Amino acid sequence: MAGSTLEIKNLHVSIEGKEILKGVNLTINGGEFHAVMGPNGTGKSTLASAVMGHPKYEVTEGSILLDGEDVLEMEVDERARAGLFLAMQYPSEISGVTTSDFLRSSMNARREEGDEISLMKFIKEMDSVLDYLEIDKNMAQRYLNEGFSGGEKKRNEILQLMLMKPEIAILDEIDSGLDIDALKVVSKGINKLRDENFGCLIITHYQRLLNYITPDYVHVMMQGRVVKSGGPELAQRLEAEGYDWIKEELGIKDETVGQNA
Amino acid sequence: MSVETKLPYDKEYINQFSKDNNEPEWMNSLRLQALEQVDTLELPKPDKTKIGKWNFSRFKHLAEGEKIDSLKELPEALQGFLDEENTPENLLIQRNHSVAYATLSDELKEQGVIFTDIFTALKEHEDLVRRYYMKDAVSVDEHRLTALHAALMNGGIFVYVPKNVEVKVPLQVIFWQEDPEAALFNHVLVVAEENSSLTYVENYVSYNETEETLANVVTEVIAQNNAKISFGAVDNFAAGTTVYNNRRGVAYRDATIDWALGQMNEGNTVSENITHLVGDNSLSNAKTVTVGRGKQIQNFTAKIVHFGKNSEGYILQHGVMKDSASSIFNGIGKIEHGASKSNAEQESRVLMLSEKARGDANPILLIDEDDVTAGHAASVGRVDPLQLYYLMSRGITQAEAERLIIHGFLAPVVNQLPIEAVKNQLTQVIERKVY
Ligand SMILES: Nc1ncnc2c1ncn2[C@@H]1O[C@H](COP(=O)(O)OP(=O)(O)O)[C@@H](O)[C@H]1O
Ligand SMILES: [Mg+2]
Repeated sequence: MAGSTLEIKNLHVSIEGKEILKGVNLTINGGEFHAVMGPNGTGKSTLASAVMGHPKYEVTEGSILLDGEDVLEMEVDERARAGLFLAMQYPSEISGVTTSDFLRSSMNARREEGDEISLMKFIKEMDSVLDYLEIDKNMAQRYLNEGFSGGEKKRNEILQLMLMKPEIAILDEIDSGLDIDALKVVSKGINKLRDENFGCLIITHYQRLLNYITPDYVHVMMQGRVVKSGGPELAQRLEAEGYDWIKEELGIKDETVGQNA
Repeated sequence: MSVETKLPYDKEYINQFSKDNNEPEWMNSLRLQALEQVDTLELPKPDKTKIGKWNFSRFKHLAEGEKIDSLKELPEALQGFLDEENTPENLLIQRNHSVAYATLSDELKEQGVIFTDIFTALKEHEDLVRRYYMKDAVSVDEHRLTALHAALMNGGIFVYVPKNVEVKVPLQVIFWQEDPEAALFNHVLVVAEENSSLTYVENYVSYNETEETLANVVTEVIAQNNAKISFGAVDNFAAGTTVYNNRRGVAYRDATIDWALGQMNEGNTVSENITHLVGDNSLSNAKTVTVGRGKQIQNFTAKIVHFGKNSEGYILQHGVMKDSASSIFNGIGKIEHGASKSNAEQESRVLMLSEKARGDANPILLIDEDDVTAGHAASVGRVDPLQLYYLMSRGITQAEAERLIIHGFLAPVVNQLPIEAVKNQLTQVIERKVY
């Protein structure tokens, strides 16, 4: 089997003592595109944050394995170097640090000491991805995410994704706030990465993105759990009928976290 | 333990010192009068910092420094301040209390630009120096340290740009305290006449880790009508030096004085940077950065006083505190009665890297006029865990992520320094102080 495998087993996550995820199971293999859908407040970002190691989220039960290695034992930077990537729903702004310096540090982080990417090669790679994503080259010299529009921040996340070439990526609401042209460009970037060595988990509460990126598997989250899984046809049904039929089928009144079935 | 405060240098010594330097009579008497005031004047009282027991009296007053024929003779650490590619056209290196190296482009000489050490200036441009020396900016009798400075002044530079002359290439000075016990009573006098402009950059360096001495620096910067002065500095006195640094600007009508100060001393420091916006439409941007480490105690004042109408003053102070270092950041915007339509803004940010460090930001606005705008922002905080998380999620180690955030925090001032080599030098000093 090619690529890496991320296994999430019975994951329970709390934030400030409040349980948000209540037993999530999900396996992503290299070559597979998964979509996690669900209305707002159902725990999707919590899942993504727990995998990456966000400082506020506490895993209280369950496990996360990357190729059999215990991800929960790793620091955030170790997770990234092991091959995980998270395009964040709300990326931080870092004043005084240029996007290009940050990108170069990031690319070098996965390389051995002494094998750092040369400045020339870095600029060439960065420029070609900037072009591919139709991003103004000035962005490289601007401070990281500072004063960026919502759309610029999203493109910047995809720029990082394309330069870092992780084994497994989680994209959290990468489509929110994008107009249709931007959505197409971002999708083009993500689709370019599709190969047997790359696994991807696309989080969205909107089916729109999935018109451009066809997932192999679709999962629906409610109340901090995956309540339904299926193929691309599931996303299409959600687009046509919304979430109510799932709630009805499962007897869920309020789908957000904090409510129990 | 009793603290010795008696000055080891008396009237005869100073009289002789002045004579040895062939100083004009007025300078000699200015020194002697200042000396008489030393005992009656009090030490300055920087807000929230007690300096009563700091060393202001144990030092050696004079040390010669050898000339150098080529910049290659400089120690490597000092060469870092110079642009490798093109040798600076306008550079003065003061080694202890002597000039070791001095060069000024022919073009500037022909335009009447003066860029020379203070003792030569007293001989060759006596009237000009006399016109400005401790007159419009700093007074001899402000407190004991200004009086001490006037009595014992033993180094410095005079920069003068005539009317309508634009100096496009930076003027650079390195004050190199090579002798670990020598004290520096340095006087920097920068005068830009009407419609002139210049960029001046200075570096203070010493290497006395254990030997104790002091630096008492007075800088007077005068921008006449419509003159523009950009003043950059990197202060890097070693741990043994107690520093009093007083940089004062006076801006007349339509004039601008911009400061970019890297305050990177290793020892106890009182540093004040005050600009008087005397003329209408005058402007000052005062930007400073500092890194405190070890047990050092520092007190910084950034103050802009508005007298002229429609004058604008912007203060930006960024400080990083580690170990058990302690710093007070006073930001003062003062608008005098009559300075209508003026704007006084200030921002002080302190980043704390350890539990034991202390950093206080004191924003003060003193306003005696109704028709003005003013604002302040101040914060003392730690490295943002979400910023760290974001950087680390790209594989960057925590140490490297902190390094990026700290450099980013100091960047607004570092990037302001007008000479690339000095900017890089400041970045390296920051690197050394933070890690
Ligand atoms: N920082 C936080 N502090 C407290 N509660 C939070 C925080 N972040 C998320 N939550 C709660 O967790 C639940 C799930 O949030 P989230 O995972 O962001 O949902 P989604 O991404 O599906 O919209 C929400 O009910 C929200 O109120
Ligand atoms: Mg979310």
